Amino acid sequence: MITKLNHVSIFVLDQTSAHDFYVNKLGFTVNTDAEMGPGKRWLTVCPPEQPDLEITLMAIDEGMMFKKEAAEQMSDLVSKGTFGFGVFECNDLNATYEELIAKGVEFTKPPTKEFYGYEALFKDDSGNWFSLGQKE
Amino acid sequence: MATVSIAAATEVPVHTYPKQYLYRRVVRAKLYIDEHYASTLDLTNIADEACFSKFHFTRLFKTIYGKTPHQYLTEVRIHRAKEMLAGEATVARACFSVGFDSITSFTGLFRRRVGLTPAAFQKTTLAKRDEIAVRPLKFVPNCFVGKRGWSE
Repeated sequence: MITKLNHVSIFVLDQTSAHDFYVNKLGFTVNTDAEMGPGKRWLTVCPPEQPDLEITLMAIDEGMMFKKEAAEQMSDLVSKGTFGFGVFECNDLNATYEELIAKGVEFTKPPTKEFYGYEALFKDDSGNWFSLGQKE
Repeated sequence: MATVSIAAATEVPVHTYPKQYLYRRVVRAKLYIDEHYASTLDLTNIADEACFSKFHFTRLFKTIYGKTPHQYLTEVRIHRAKEMLAGEATVARACFSVGFDSITSFTGLFRRRVGLTPAAFQKTTLAKRDEIAVRPLKFVPNCFVGKRGWSE
């Protein structure tokens, strides 16, 4: 029986920039930051109230996972905002929106009342987009 | 989550909602705490920053963040102290650098919130850091190790 999700991957264009975005703008905490050899880095962050869910900020680099052409295609797709990786939650959407706007986060949809709830959409520094909702 | 076209949403409309000016002032005060946590901050400083009376400000802040400004300030200080301890600062240095003025009260608060004393937290964190440096693969799920071709 599956009981939990403990790792999820987000492909990013630059791990250093992603580290800054997720830690200094979104307020996530670093769980693991490990050098895996020259130019290779395993970097995971956690939402503040979810320390057991590690979000892996995965570099799109040429190697066993991506051949050169696939890495270029993937980078292109990410930067074009192709991928929506999930839904984040906050206590108060208006306040979180105002804070993230003040920190320079790009929103593609401001807080909007939808039939399923109150929602905004923002992009990370690579182009991945996320929904942001608030606790009901 | 609804299907949303990012391409169609590139023109973000100017967003307004009821009491937006209040939200902005409270958020400004929250960011003020984030930036000035190490100073001698009291509620009057923070409420003044947001141009509110103390009572009104505290009530609004708690409604939005679920905690009082003072509780939030303590949380930020503990968070920053954790970062300093992880960077090998002494307990005393972490305590005073983040704005606490008593090691005893800092240690008590830290233990209640983190579940460990500052010294124990530092020992655990540095031990993990050292182990990551020596055996990084222990911290990466095996499937990713195989996919990436990483090895000891």
